[in-house]
Amino acid sequence: MGFDTAYEAITEENDASRWAYGTGFADPMAGVDTSVPAGIDGADLAAYCLMLGDDALVMSHRLQQWLARAPELEEETALANIALDLLGQARLLLSRAGAADGTGRTEDDYAFLRGEREFRNVRLAEVADADFAGLIARLLVFSTWRLALLARLARSADPVLAAVAARGVKELTYHRDYAAQWLIMLGDGTDYSRERAVAALSAVAPLVPELFERTAVEGRLVAARVAVDPAQLRDEVAAVIARVLTEATLDWPAAEGLAGVSGQSGGDGVHTEAMGFLLAELQSVARATPGATW
Amino acid sequence: MTSQQSERNVVAPATQPRSAWPLFEVFLRSKRGLNHVHVGSLHAADPEMALRHARDLYTRRNEGVSIWVVRAADITASSPDEKDPFFAPAGDKVYRHPTFYQIPDSVPHM
Repeated sequence: MGFDTAYEAITEENDASRWAYGTGFADPMAGVDTSVPAGIDGADLAAYCLMLGDDALVMSHRLQQWLARAPELEEETALANIALDLLGQARLLLSRAGAADGTGRTEDDYAFLRGEREFRNVRLAEVADADFAGLIARLLVFSTWRLALLARLARSADPVLAAVAARGVKELTYHRDYAAQWLIMLGDGTDYSRERAVAALSAVAPLVPELFERTAVEGRLVAARVAVDPAQLRDEVAAVIARVLTEATLDWPAAEGLAGVSGQSGGDGVHTEAMGFLLAELQSVARATPGATW
Repeated sequence: MTSQQSERNVVAPATQPRSAWPLFEVFLRSKRGLNHVHVGSLHAADPEMALRHARDLYTRRNEGVSIWVVRAADITASSPDEKDPFFAPAGDKVYRHPTFYQIPDSVPHM
């Protein structure tokens, strides 16, 4: 018995034996019933999928903007991985929106052919980062909030949302861990890194209250047990952030929430100035060459 | 990235590499392998960060189920100069191999 056969003896059942490590990739939608369950309003479900999908899509785009700008090559790969995880979530959620509202629009239609007012993401996802600490503070809040949300959404009455959420929980757990480790390093690091971390928290704090505001769509879907009530996430998010800040020897800054326009904010399609520039970049190729494939 | 930061970099001696993070060697155990295999190296500030970087750099395609990292400076390696005294004497001792046994099929991993 040679060296090679010894390894074959312990190989799991796997057709992809020509790959050095095997593949073993799993489709998160395998075996999931994709029809909209009875009693759930398709338009509301689509709107909710857009909220969740746009959060992921826009945050992913901001992360992608760090590529070739990150302070270390290793960090760049880490940020690319996180961006790809979120992009994967966005694709499933935007596709779900097209199926739920009956228009049959594709993920690309939603990502590339909507105007700014039609995007439903929270404003936390769209703002630009002043520096690496700014990204880390924003990513920590975003991933802590989204992890708390997806963990509850995994029990949604919509099987597709439940499946997307169940996979997302593992991804977001790592994102939160990554951001937490870095904020601790920056906050409890040198005077200079600490100064940057403090400034980053001040920049992100006004964007946090919006995360726990409930839109009308969420209100109706919470009653139908499809959506998660964002107000319920506040305590868990605050507790996690507080633990990280204690380790990082930082304090959460007292800050007023960033005002909306006539009481409307990201979930209503009312965004900050940064959003237009972000979409101009995100959509430029699709707008310049409609329908192009390669 | 900021002007303040680049001014700081200027203070460092020009001979210093840009990254002051130490080098770590990465070992992965794949789900089909029994042992950890060296797959490459990376830079990180401490072992915890090295583990995360290894996860991000070397397990993106489902390669691993376990990671070891070790500071490259902590590895004691044999020198190429010692190659002959170290390894050549074993080259002609065929009797050290269990080639005269039949290994039963029920004994894997030999």
